[in-house]
Order: sequence, then C-alpha cells, then structure tokens
Amino acid sequence: MNVPTMAEMMAQGKQPEVLFWVGCAGSFDDRAKKITKAFVKILNKANVEFAVLGTEESCTGDPAKRAGNEFLFQMQAMTNIEVLNAYEVKKIVTACPHCFNTLKNEYPELGGTYQVVHHTELLKSLLDQGKITIEGGKFEGKRITFHDPCYLGRANDVYEAPRDLIKKLDAELVEMKRCKTNGLCCGAGGAQMFKEAEKGDKEIFIERTEEAIETQPNIIATGCPFCNTMITDGVKATEKENEIEVLDIAELIANAEDL
Amino acid sequence: MDYIDNILFAALLLVGIGFFVKNIQKIIRNIKLGKDIDRNDNPSERWKNMAMIALGQSKMVKRPVAGILHVIVYVGFIIINIEVIEIIIDGLFGTHRVLSVAGSIYDVLIGAFEILAFLVLISVIIFWTRRMILQIPRFWNKEMKGWPKNDALYILYFEMVLMSLFLIMNASDYSLQQLGAEHYIKAGNFPISHFIAAWLPQDIHTLVLLERGAWWLHIIGIFIFLNYLYYSKHLHILLAFPNTYFANLNPKGKFNNLEAVTNEVKMMLDPNADPFAAAPETANEDVPDKFGASDVTDLNWVQLMNAYTCTECGRCTSSCPANQTGKELSPRAIMMKTRDRLEEVGANIDKNGAFVEDGKQLLNDYISPEEIWACTSCNACVEECPVNIDPLSIIIDLRRYLVMEQSAAPQELNMMMTNIENNGAPWQYNQMDRLNWKDE
Repeated sequence: MNVPTMAEMMAQGKQPEVLFWVGCAGSFDDRAKKITKAFVKILNKANVEFAVLGTEESCTGDPAKRAGNEFLFQMQAMTNIEVLNAYEVKKIVTACPHCFNTLKNEYPELGGTYQVVHHTELLKSLLDQGKITIEGGKFEGKRITFHDPCYLGRANDVYEAPRDLIKKLDAELVEMKRCKTNGLCCGAGGAQMFKEAEKGDKEIFIERTEEAIETQPNIIATGCPFCNTMITDGVKATEKENEIEVLDIAELIANAEDL
Repeated sequence: MDYIDNILFAALLLVGIGFFVKNIQKIIRNIKLGKDIDRNDNPSERWKNMAMIALGQSKMVKRPVAGILHVIVYVGFIIINIEVIEIIIDGLFGTHRVLSVAGSIYDVLIGAFEILAFLVLISVIIFWTRRMILQIPRFWNKEMKGWPKNDALYILYFEMVLMSLFLIMNASDYSLQQLGAEHYIKAGNFPISHFIAAWLPQDIHTLVLLERGAWWLHIIGIFIFLNYLYYSKHLHILLAFPNTYFANLNPKGKFNNLEAVTNEVKMMLDPNADPFAAAPETANEDVPDKFGASDVTDLNWVQLMNAYTCTECGRCTSSCPANQTGKELSPRAIMMKTRDRLEEVGANIDKNGAFVEDGKQLLNDYISPEEIWACTSCNACVEECPVNIDPLSIIIDLRRYLVMEQSAAPQELNMMMTNIENNGAPWQYNQMDRLNWKDE
C-alpha cells in the first residue's frame, strides 16, 4: 500500500492530483480503517496520484458545529484551512460524508475553497475514465441494498454515484422503502454518534436496520463510516450478522477486484 | 330604504377587509421582530421555486393522495374566488349576476365553478375522513390536541359550509330562472346545482328567501374565513408564496457560519494580535448580544415567517427519525411553539407599546433541551415540507445558545468537544497516531 503524505510530496517538489482527507473515523475507528485501506488500494491500482495529510490532519469540526459549538468548529476550520492552503490543495476526496459536507459547504466562506468530492463520486469518475474496471463475478446474484447517508444524499444531492457503482457489480440493487430523498437517517448525525440517544421507545439504527432487512439483502452497502457503525450494530442486535454483511462501496469494489 | 342592502354590504366589505389588513400588518410587524438575513440573492431561482413549489404544488404531490386532493381544493379555492368579484359588484350596486354580459363565457365559468365546488366539497369530506375516521397518525401526535385539532376541523367545516351555500345559492337561482322570476335573468350553467334544484320547493317567495339567504351567508362566511386566517394555521394560503421565495437556496447540509464568531476566532489565531490592546471601535457592532437563540427575537425573520406559514400537516414529524422512535422531538411542534411564543411576544407589545420582560423565552418555556438534543440533523423535515420550512435551523440556533452561552451540552458531547480541542478528533486518540492505519 502506497500512502504518501503531503509533506513527503512537497519535499519531492510534487503536487498530487487529489488530497485524500481520511477523517477521524477513517484514521482511528477499527472498522472505518478497513474502508480507508480498501479505498487506498483502489487509488493505488488506478494509479491516482494522491496524498494524505497524516498527522497534520485534524477534525473538520463537523460534530462540534452540529452540536452548536460554532467557536470550536471555526477554530478547527481555520487551522485546517491554513494547512490546506499552505499545500495549495485544489481537490479533496473523502470517504466520510460529514467531512465532505463540511469541507465542501462550510469552509469556502472561511477562506478554504476546494473542489470536494465524495469517494463514491471519484470512484464513479475513475470507472467512467476506464481507470478502474469492475468485474462483477463475485457478486453475481447477490442482493445489495444501499443506505443513503443524510450528509451525502439530502444534504448534497448525491444519490446516483454509489448506485451506479453497485449496479456495475452484477448484483441486484434492491431499494428500501425509504430511500434517496426519503431515506431514513441511521441515527448518528448531528453529533448523536457521540452521545446516548434521548429517551424514546426505539433506537433509530434498529428502525433503519429492520427496514434494510425487509429487502432481504446479502449486503447492506453504505458510504459513511458512521452509518456503517450504526447499521453494523443494528445487524448484530437483530442477530443477522451471519447472513448480512455491512460494507462500504469502496470495500465492495476492492473485494470485486480482489485487492 | 331601497339601498339598505347595498349600504349593509359596503359596511361588511369595509369591516371585513379592514380587520384583515390590520391583522396582516400585525403579522408583518411580528415577523420583523426577527434578526435581519439577506435572502435577496438569485431572484430568478427564487421566483422559480415560488412558481414550482407554492403555485405549482410540486412538493405536495410527493404524497399523491393528500397531494391531489389538496390541488383540487387549492385550484377550486382560487378559481371559485373569481365569483367573489361578481358577488362584490352585485352587492355594492344591487345588480344580479352582472358578469353575465359575458354571455357564453359566463355560462362556461359558472359551470366550471360548480364542478369545482362539488369536487372541493368531496375532497374536504375525504380530508375530514382521513383525519377523523382513518385517524392518520400524523394528525394525532400529541401537539395536535385542543386548539390545533379544532383549528383543522373548523377549516374543513368552513369549506364544507361555503361550498354548500354556493351550490344552494345557484340551485335556487336556477329554479327562479326556470320560473321566470323577476330580477333573475337567465344566466349561467348549473351542471351540479340543477340536481339540487329538483329538491327545492317550487315557490318563488321561498326560493328568493333561500337564494338571498345563501348569497348573504356565503359572502359573510368568506369574510369571516378571511379574518379567521390570522388566528389559524390556514395562513399558509398566503404565506406559502413569500415563504418559498425567501427559502434557503444553499445545499441543505450547509449551516451558516456565525460571523461574530469568525471575527473572534481570527483574533485568537492571529499571532500578531495584541491581547492587551483596547477593543477596536467597530468591535461592539460585530458582537451580538448573545450567540445562538434562546427566544424568538434571536431568530431571523425567515425563521419567524416559517412559523406563521406552517399549516401543521405533520409531514416533517412523520418523517423525523427521532419522532418515529418515540423521542420528544417533533419538527412540527418546533414550528408551532415558535409561533405561539412569537404571538405571545406580539400581544405583549400590543399591550405595553413595547416589549416588557415577561420572564419567559422560547427555550425551556416552550421548547425543551430534550427535544433539540434528539435531532440528528438529517434534514428529512426540511426535505418533506411542502412549503420549504426549515425547522432544523431553529434547532441548531437553540443548540448554539445552550452550548456557547450556557455550556449546557450533554456531558458526552462536552467530552467529544474536549477531545477535538485537545487532540483534533472526537475520540481520545493522539493526533500523532493518525497515520498508523497505514502500517496496521
């Protein structure tokens, strides 16, 4: 696995085409790290010149902002923007819809304007350019349902890129009752990931997982590390972990390619 | 004495419209209690949104049954109101069916009004059935008890009565025309009401009483309904238009960056800033009296207009993941409570000339922290709203007040924020370990 940092690139006088913003989950969460690696393997295979910030990366500030702490958010944002601008970053890809939304929508007014894409969008364009090919054999006959992350779908209107990729796997894409603009949240957004849910009669991730299970899938696909955690927990709670896998789109493609 | 009807009518018209204008001014004043926000950019897209969403009802039909019924009532309401023009002229000048000079066009129009009135009547009865017999859950959430429930029913009854009066008026007119009664010129086409006419007594005196009675009750009913709007959730028939025009055009995930915070953070991060320097002259203008919102006057005017526009349909609440799973939060209740508090502040101003502290605020007295901490910011409510109301923006402004002014976030969120501050991640991992995954 080849993972250059921006600092190394700069030392060699090189500028990568795209910065891979790994995000906190992708850097530290054991499950999300697998997604990070799967994505990097695809980038390596497609010969995409990318780099990461490594230890110079810090939280985008998304959970602080959604929790109402505008001070902390802007502190994080401005510190990150200083680093990004120092490296003259033009294009950013990230596998986390929360980082994606914040970098894309909330950084420009604070002085950080970049072309920001979600990893499913980048993968789709690599596919369109012929830089990756997807052999679907492995997934033939499998039923895959896609859970729309709120910060990718409703928040930024990206619905088709992940679905186009799933369709390439020769799998059967089955939609949940509530999908796309009507998609039901996994329960993690708005900083809920970091707290217990308020008092209620059910966990949101159970509600969503049950809806996914209704489609009788072999795989529940997501495009967000937090959704992945929530749905994985839901699958465990409903004792379906031996029948249903929860995978990120990047993992599906990496698996298809035996990476 | 011949003119007594006309004078009565003119007085009714004046009072009806006068009160309405006065109340509308009060609503505008209350909305203007909100903070300023610039929503004048991109007028072409704004006009387009208004045309598509308010006029074209594009978001209504996403739920087809309610959507199509609503389109019928809405089209009926607008078109049948053309008839009101004639009623006003007839009322003021003592004419009868003055627009019948238009000849066959008039016949077609009256025929169309009748069919629409009938369809509206049917639709409203179906609406009532959905609400009261089928008991669709979103009409029975806990915020829909008492006045909100009655308000919805009153509106349906109003429409049933107005449409029935309209058809009875036409039916008796039709009979009078057939009987060749004086003053009742042969005009109009009555595809629906001629069936009703068959059940009416065929005596000119009774028919005139019936026709005049229905005519007067119908127009009085319209004026009462017009003035009822101010007290009702039914204001959406007016406010849906400005509300969709001034709605947020940014991607839904984009939350605004508080400018006052930006200035302070820039100062903090500026290595050349002198911490002991006197505050610059302009500083006071930039720093708001509080961060976030604890009362309605801390919200912006678009958020306040949202509250008046909400017609309590509950599509937001029925799609809210928190509400679906039994949490306290209901986005509809956020809008209703905002309006309730705004009306309370407005009444306070009416009474005292200017707002006199009443020891209450939107946060805690109306909206509880438990409600706002249940939100996942998923934007389902914003997406669902048929008139582009944004309950999420109010929730976030209330959170901002709780966190930045009162440090009153739930304990786990405080830990998350401390971690971000200390080590640049919401969990307790060292920033220096960020790239460890590469070698694992």
